[in-house]
Amino acid sequence: MQNITRDDVEDFLFAEAELLDEWRLPEWLELFTDDAIYYVPSTDVPADSSPDKNLFYVADDRFRLSERVKRLMKRTAHAEFPHSRTRHLVSNVRIRSRGDSEMEVAAAFITYRTKDGVTDTYFGSNRYRLVTDNGRLRIKEKRCLLDSEGLRTQGRVSIIL
Amino acid sequence: MNAFQRMNTALMVDEARQIFKVSRQAFVDPDILEAERARIFDKCWLYLGHASELPKSGDFVTRQVGGRSILFARDAKGGLRAMFNTCPHRGAQVCREKHGNAKSFQCFYHGWVFGLDGALRSQPGEASYAPDFKERSTSNMQPVPRFETYRDFCFVCFDRNAETLDTYLGPVKEYLDIIGDQAETSMTIVGGTQEYSMRANWKLLTENSIDGYHALTTHATYFDYLKATNGGLVPVPLEGAARDLGNGHAVLEYKAPWGRPVAQWVPMWGDDGKREIDRLYQGLVTRFGEERAKRIALYNRNLFVFPNLVVNDIMAVTIRTYYPQAPDFMTVSAWALAPREETDWARKYRLFNFLEFLGPGGFATPDDVEALEQCQRGFRNATEAQWNDISKGMGKETPAYDDELQMRAFWSNWNKHVFAASA
Repeated sequence: MQNITRDDVEDFLFAEAELLDEWRLPEWLELFTDDAIYYVPSTDVPADSSPDKNLFYVADDRFRLSERVKRLMKRTAHAEFPHSRTRHLVSNVRIRSRGDSEMEVAAAFITYRTKDGVTDTYFGSNRYRLVTDNGRLRIKEKRCLLDSEGLRTQGRVSIIL
Repeated sequence: MNAFQRMNTALMVDEARQIFKVSRQAFVDPDILEAERARIFDKCWLYLGHASELPKSGDFVTRQVGGRSILFARDAKGGLRAMFNTCPHRGAQVCREKHGNAKSFQCFYHGWVFGLDGALRSQPGEASYAPDFKERSTSNMQPVPRFETYRDFCFVCFDRNAETLDTYLGPVKEYLDIIGDQAETSMTIVGGTQEYSMRANWKLLTENSIDGYHALTTHATYFDYLKATNGGLVPVPLEGAARDLGNGHAVLEYKAPWGRPVAQWVPMWGDDGKREIDRLYQGLVTRFGEERAKRIALYNRNLFVFPNLVVNDIMAVTIRTYYPQAPDFMTVSAWALAPREETDWARKYRLFNFLEFLGPGGFATPDDVEALEQCQRGFRNATEAQWNDISKGMGKETPAYDDELQMRAFWSNWNKHVFAASA
């Protein structure tokens, strides 16, 4: 991972945001490794908590993440049909550590979601563990740490943050 | 005279013709909300928290209950205390943290210090106060008028003259026992609170929490998902009964095809899971006999305690409470409950199960939120399109889990409270 620059990471994260905002979720899922995890902890537990011992909002393994994507692409995912419009903004990108096969990245995010005349704002930081696969960056872990007090007023995480 | 004052009921009921309708004004009228505050939330027993949240002396949580700010603490002798979180001096909230452990509580405004029991210990400039000032009960943080517990479920009531919690709960206790008996030792809240909100009237969540009728349509994608998780289901039909428990309380009790970490195994849990589930089941049989063990292990329960507590003993156990902030906005808090001695395996699958279905990031709850918010939008037409219909199953002797008896139980009691003065 020594030759990967912050520019490379930023390009990757900006591309991820674009896939989410364009609802190209099956393509977004391909950014993840086969053993990937996607976590949104509840806001009153420490950032590095385990979902095996704590109640989270979202704790998906790769299988459940793929099912989440399948669900969100259906008309019967009522919370997101019609799809809300979203804008994922990614900022303050830093490479926190770098190993031979894996790197840790932190980024701040603000995501807006608009539907039925109501706009919700989600904000916080994303912690990524990234690996390379045939020269491409891929996500092994995405941990989304909300800064808000719970989901008031957002009400739900029916989009992918 | 406002719309509420002109009404003396929100219900249109004709048993003979199987009509049970609820006026949509009840969901939108600010005067109704004011009446609910005075006649329901100021009068009924309200869930405060679970004793397991405060394992040690000095542990505390602060919580909004029935529009009040409550400090819930374990005192130096190990007793539980529920007091109004307000300084007797000038009113500031004394404790400003959501949870923690303290030796005493200090109001930052003028520096008054209170014990874990709320008694005034010291204040700057003591010499300027009357000699008996500290002995006056009015110098202490004020306890809530009524605080009682049943099997570690802690409740408060702001009406000094209310019936006891024991009487209030009545047949609900049997169901809290079934949940409590799932643990060999005791049940405990698992770390992490789900806090969310809905742009909908609070009574919509009451109805939805005990509505078996919406499952297959609203949660179609959840059932799709279970079918996709090769081995996530067993061939147990979704069927059971609804019961009116009096006082507005109600329960659905039913069998369902999903895994229960208490003791319904599904193939995706594998051989290790089978051994664990068999062991749990044998433990129940040893403690309670075959018949009760079956009821605890194989049946799901959606328990509603009037006016705003839901305990779902389904693919995991969730405690959920919610309050109106406005006619069209509520805040919700939810916790996971589990046997304290549960193995890591069982705890992990319990929480995995919980998140699949339950909570604002699950595969089901976001669709419930959407449904309730869409109802609230539909109520914009309440002046002309005036009535909700909840008559399903009215003609039956034994209504099914997907009939609407339980909602009628809620609404009859709600109506009695809200319109008692004018009845």
